[in-house]
Order: sequence, then C-alpha cells, then structure tokens
Amino acid sequence: MRAIGVVIALAAALALQTTLAGLTIHGSTAVNLVLIAVIYVALAFGPVAGLMAGTVGGLVQDALAGGIVGVGGFSKTLVGFLVGLLGAQFIVAQSLPRFVMFVAGTVVHELCYQALFALVETRAFRMPWSAAMIQALVNGVIGILAFQIVDSGPGLLQRRRARGATLSRRQF
Amino acid sequence: MIDLTPRTPYRQRTGVLFGAVMIGHLILISAQVQSKAGVPVLEGVTFGVFSRIQGGAAGLFRGVAGTWNSYFNLRGVSAENEALRQQVATLEVRLQEQRAQAQRADRLQALLGFKESTALPTLAAEVIAGNSNPGLLTVTINRGTADGVQADMAVISPKGIIGRIVGPVASHPARVQLLIDRSAAAGAVTERARAGGVVAGVEGDPPLAMDLVSNLADVKPGDVVVASGTDGMFPKGFVVGTVEKSERGPSLYRLITVRPAVDFSSLEDVLVVLVPARGAVPDDLATPEVKK
Repeated sequence: MRAIGVVIALAAALALQTTLAGLTIHGSTAVNLVLIAVIYVALAFGPVAGLMAGTVGGLVQDALAGGIVGVGGFSKTLVGFLVGLLGAQFIVAQSLPRFVMFVAGTVVHELCYQALFALVETRAFRMPWSAAMIQALVNGVIGILAFQIVDSGPGLLQRRRARGATLSRRQF
Repeated sequence: MIDLTPRTPYRQRTGVLFGAVMIGHLILISAQVQSKAGVPVLEGVTFGVFSRIQGGAAGLFRGVAGTWNSYFNLRGVSAENEALRQQVATLEVRLQEQRAQAQRADRLQALLGFKESTALPTLAAEVIAGNSNPGLLTVTINRGTADGVQADMAVISPKGIIGRIVGPVASHPARVQLLIDRSAAAGAVTERARAGGVVAGVEGDPPLAMDLVSNLADVKPGDVVVASGTDGMFPKGFVVGTVEKSERGPSLYRLITVRPAVDFSSLEDVLVVLVPARGAVPDDLATPEVKK
C-alpha cells in the first residue's frame, strides 16, 4: 500500500514537473516536484523508502529529461537517504523542521547535481546559488503544503462524511 | 539527537543498500560519459581495471611459465653439464695417455738412436717396479733370462750408467741394482785428467762418491766421470756423472763427490748390455741343478 502510494506520488510529481518545465528562474527550474516527492517520502517512510524513491524518481526524471541518466538519480538517492536518516533521528513532525529539511535537501541535491555535472563534463564547479535558493524555498513551501494537505486529508474526509450524514437526516 | 547506539542489522542492511545503489548510479553515469580520449568512462575504467588484472595475470603466468621453463632448462643444463664434465675428464685422461705415449715414444726413439749408435748388443727394457726394500736401491725390469739377461750385466741409458743386473734372474723380470746403492760400485775415470778410481753409492747428496783417487790427481768440480771398464762389467767410456766437489783427503786419496748423470728418480726405459761381465758365471751354470 505504501509502495503504491509512493509510486503514485512520484508519477504525479513527474507529470506535473513536465507540465511546469517552462517555469524557470534565471534559466533554472523554479520548482522540482520529483525532489519534493522524494523528500516527502523520506520524511514520511524512512531512509529506505527515500532511497528507493530517489532512485526511481531520479532515474525516470533523467530519462525523460534526455541528459545523462544517473546524475539526478544519484543526487536524489543521496538526498532521499540522508533526509530519511535525519527524519528518523530528529523530530520533524512540525512544519518548520520539515521546511528546513526541504530547503536543505534541495540545496544538497543541487550541490551534488552540479558537482556531478562538473565532474562528468570536466569543467569547473559552478553553483547557481540564487536559483538554487529560490528553488529550495519554493520546494520547501510546496513540501509543507503537501504535508498539510495529506495530513489534513483524512480529517477533511471524515468531516465531509459527517456533514453529509447530517444533511441527509435533515432532508429525511 | 543522533543515536549513537550500535548499529542494528536493519541499519547495516540499509547502509549496504545505499552503498550498492550509489555505486550502481556511478556505474550508470560512467557508462554514458566519454573520457577525453573519446572512450566511455565505464569502458575506460573497466578496461583499465581489467587490463591491470589481465596484466597481473599475464605476468603471473609468464613468471610461472618462465620459472617452469627455467627449471626444465636448468635440469637439462645440469645434465648436460654433468655429461660435459665427464667428457672433459675422459678427454683429460686420454690427453695424459697420449702425452705419456708421446714422451714414451720420444724416450724410445732416443733409446733406439743410442742403441744404434753404440756397438754394444743391448736389449731395451721397461722398469716395471721400484724397490720394496728401503735399504736397497733396486728396480725391476720386464726382461729376464728368456730375453738373454744374465746377472751382472750392465744396465745403461742414453744419459749414462744406471746399474747392474743382480741375481737371481727370473725368466722375464730381473732386478737392477742402481749405481747409487751403497753396496754398488763401478770402475771410473775422469774424462779430462784420466784420474782413475771407484765410484760407489753413498748416503747424502749427491749420492755418488769417487774413491781411490790420489790426492795428486787433478780432479776438479765439473769434470765428467766415465766408466773405466776395469770392473769388467760396465762398458768403458759410458758416463757416470759429474764431479761436484773435489777436496784433498786426509789420507792418500781425494774426497770427491759425483752428481749422477742419470736421474734415478724417474727411471722408465733402460738398456741392458747383453755382454756378460768378465769372470761372471752364467745363471744357468750357477744354479744347483746345472752344477750337478
């Protein structure tokens, strides 16, 4: 059930990411939904799930992007595992810690991603800090929203069901 | 807070899984990246790693093969060396034999020349044994009565007088008393001054002394001493030796030492003068059976 949820989340993130591909800041993508999904899975289910989500999501994203397959996968796997590890060690049930994890995860991902490309392309390491920080903040906000939505999802359904039942009794 | 408790198997498995996945990613990236040489990094790294392994294996194989071949070569060389060593030993023996034969041929040639130059009837003989008794200086030759050898016959060599046949004489071997024996003597005369005397064996160096030479005689070191023939045994004129020291004696006779002309330490081939000594009794007549 958990795996299916992870797969669905990743698939949705990939689908949305492809539609949002045109949203860029200084040439860089303003948001990375796949990375958000990976960090979310890692925080929610632990390091192994984060690792697997990072691997699958990263590889698929690389494959769809048409670049070198594995660079994004490596970065997302690293981030998923580290975030999962830290999420298991620290209490990250509140929004702020989760936000910090999303921001930090995005920065680490970008650092690793740029470093790998510098290594692969045998060029000097360049880190687009501004774009990376913007993406980190956007990712953090979206991540928090995602947690809020998911966390409030079951309660909302229960309230809707309860409200529906009351209305029915009033009608009849 | 960070958990510092010992790792559980689950966490260990997680770490292993993480490591494996990361390595898988690196391999995947390397497979797509081209190196400066235009070869994929994965291929280059794989080729480099395996080339080292192959190089090591090839080196190991070559080393083992080389050691193996060297071992067999060494075995072959060792056997060949042993065979060559035996061959060299055999050839050295043959060389020594041929050298000895050549020397013997030279001696025999000299002996033959001497035999032809002298009018005396002689018989060539070979020294086959030395003396078994340290008190007597004798040698054994391979000629005997069957060859006409009799007692008291002179034995000579191209260099000079050796000694005489002493009885009893067997049919083939005969004993020769050397002139340097203490009981041997020969009539002699100096070649230059014609001073006569008797040469006899003595203990010392030189091993010959010339007695019964008057103090008045002119005998000097270096004078050649020859057989006088007065003993009726040794042929006249044959060299005995050379005067080494000549001093005036306390009595009537001089004290003369003579260096033998013959090297008695290396006698091999001799000539027996087949002339019976004057007054000598033939062996066949001296035997009891004949006397009867």
